[in-house]
Amino acid sequence: MPEQDPIQRAQNFYEVALGYDNDLALLEASRCLHCKKPYCMKGCPVEVDIPDFVEMVKAGDFISAAWKVKEKNSLPRIAGRVCPQESQCEATCVLNKKGKGEPCAIGRLERFVADYAAKHDTGEIPQLPKPTGLKVGVVGSGPAGLTLAGALIKKGVAVTVFEALHELGGVLVYGIPEFRLPKAIVRSEVDELRKMGVEFKTNWVVGRIETVDDLLEKRKFDSVFIGTGAGAPLFLRIPGENLNGVYSANEFLTRSNLMKAYLFPEADTPVAKGRRVCVFGGGNVAMDSARTALRLGAEEVSIVYRRTMDELPARAEEVHHAVEEGVKFRLLSSPLEIVGNEAGWAVGVNCQKMELGEPDDSGRRRPVPVPGETFHIECDTVIVAIGNAANPLVPSTTKQLDVNKWGNIVADLETGKTSKARVWAGGDIVTGAATVILAMGAGRKAALSMLKEFSID
Amino acid sequence: MFEILEKDKIGPGVNRAVISAPEIARAHRPGQFVILRAHADGERIPLTVADKDPGKGTLTLIWQEVGTTTYYMGTMCVGEKLVDVCGPLGKPTHVEKFGTVVSVCGGIGAAPLYPITKAMHDAGNHVITILGARTEGLLIMTDDMKKVSDELLISTDDGSFGIHGFVTQVLQDLIDKKRKMDLCVAVGPVPMMRAVVNVTKKANLPTVVSLNPIMVDGTGMCGACRVEVGGKTMFGCVDGPEFNGFDVDFELLTKRLAMYKGPELISLNRFKETPRGCECTFPGGAA
Repeated sequence: MPEQDPIQRAQNFYEVALGYDNDLALLEASRCLHCKKPYCMKGCPVEVDIPDFVEMVKAGDFISAAWKVKEKNSLPRIAGRVCPQESQCEATCVLNKKGKGEPCAIGRLERFVADYAAKHDTGEIPQLPKPTGLKVGVVGSGPAGLTLAGALIKKGVAVTVFEALHELGGVLVYGIPEFRLPKAIVRSEVDELRKMGVEFKTNWVVGRIETVDDLLEKRKFDSVFIGTGAGAPLFLRIPGENLNGVYSANEFLTRSNLMKAYLFPEADTPVAKGRRVCVFGGGNVAMDSARTALRLGAEEVSIVYRRTMDELPARAEEVHHAVEEGVKFRLLSSPLEIVGNEAGWAVGVNCQKMELGEPDDSGRRRPVPVPGETFHIECDTVIVAIGNAANPLVPSTTKQLDVNKWGNIVADLETGKTSKARVWAGGDIVTGAATVILAMGAGRKAALSMLKEFSID
Repeated sequence: MFEILEKDKIGPGVNRAVISAPEIARAHRPGQFVILRAHADGERIPLTVADKDPGKGTLTLIWQEVGTTTYYMGTMCVGEKLVDVCGPLGKPTHVEKFGTVVSVCGGIGAAPLYPITKAMHDAGNHVITILGARTEGLLIMTDDMKKVSDELLISTDDGSFGIHGFVTQVLQDLIDKKRKMDLCVAVGPVPMMRAVVNVTKKANLPTVVSLNPIMVDGTGMCGACRVEVGGKTMFGCVDGPEFNGFDVDFELLTKRLAMYKGPELISLNRFKETPRGCECTFPGGAA
């Protein structure tokens, strides 16, 4: 897929991947074998009818292809950009299995048809059934909640989504950077749901204005879905983490994405524009943070990670992009302490050199310290991107809702049903930090389970 | 949206506004705050709620013009709307009948302290309020405070009104006179809260302080508001804003509050140079 030049793009916030044009889409679709047993669909958490939509692309009917995708996936422009297709539909694609080279680029085709449909939007919305009189409250407007909202409104169930922030989309707007997922795309997907009748309330903190119990009892929602995500940042608990210049990835990304700090001073919110930046962690959020820091003008950005390139949990594509743009990788390095100056600003990180030992429970080789080998990295900004825990606000204010020892809501992974009657949950608040598409899958499963309970097919 | 229904200047650079926010007004408890954005490119800033009227669905906000958002809000007029007001946030004050409660505030701190003092008074406590400011013109909410205090002591640093001296001296006086006090609640600038704690710690008078770290989301998602209390890192927005004053690392708080001093100045200067098309006052406010 065509991309912006790495040197150029490391200085702007425009989207990196430029997307297919019509010819490239036709060419790629023609590679699909239209298998009788479409293994690709088995790899999709929301079960998009992949062979059918790709067949429509092949025939040049891009609009119908988009509608086909939207039957199962209410957010195709988003999924087409941030899904790890290489470990889902494309991993199970027969072309991949037969060793015939690259799998069909299903994700890129999904993105293409959805973008095409948005560009040629006629304002048309799917025909909606008569309202059933049922209504569902959704806590959190992230990928799980939006997907559930889309699935329910199409079946005549009224939906109200409650969002604590001022913008809709959850992690899609505060976490994922503009250059991977433009905010305008999230807005257009949300607008589509609004056109279908989904009601959205921003600045609405469930657990503070009213509780989940209030939504059920006072506001008479027939059921409630909790999709509040994994929103509490983890820190390493090493000395110096409260120095100025030290951010959680959540804060750094929220400032530059949601609050548009990259436009400062045109937008009011500032963010430290570090000269030398260290990012702790090796996941997608670490890559997003590092690449954002580069675009904000840092001279040197280093990923500090305990294992090696082979164990990086980030998508290969994200790592590749980061490397291309000039992000450095300080591997087998574990931060011991952040060093500060008199005024309370970070000036460097002391690290422990590691080596790989025996595999741990996750199957990855466990990093162990090399005795006596420590080193120092000079830096003025540190971004801690080692993961997120469950935010306790909603679970702790909801009666009879079971949580596990990490504070995640206990819910059936197939249906999303929780220990509390009429309450479903899904996405990161249940599973711990995972991917956008898994949250969308959870939203879809919960919607199907609710519909079953409502006796709607 | 959150319409401004009343607005006036109650001191140099100090504004008071009543805004429409029915759901927050209903849910708000003393000690809780809101996070607001004044306009579409604005910053999210935390502001304590000075008063509310759940019946009318309104909140009273009081703020001092210090940064871009507060200056901007100083230029806003009745009928204009704040784009976002989110709340109530933070844990409410723990209110019970302690016995005698001494409420201490400095300057603008009177605004957040008023609902707390009122709640303490309503709970049957004997309330002594010490209201201080640099100078007479900066004293706010004296009449409101009088209504919810059994004793009201006013001091100014320059002696232009009331007792000549700092609020800490007035508090020390009460301690020296062996007045029985069971709890101290202190709200105001960091140096003032720190000084109060220095006094009350020696007298072993339990002290609650309300902290104002820099925040972004206000729901525990970003961790910008990290404070150290008793050696542990806490989030001001969800674990606070009130903490045991004896355990707070005020030095860290002071340093963290200065994190964006440079950008804040750039932003404010830029704002003051750009006229804001509102006729009722000068761009950038009067200060």
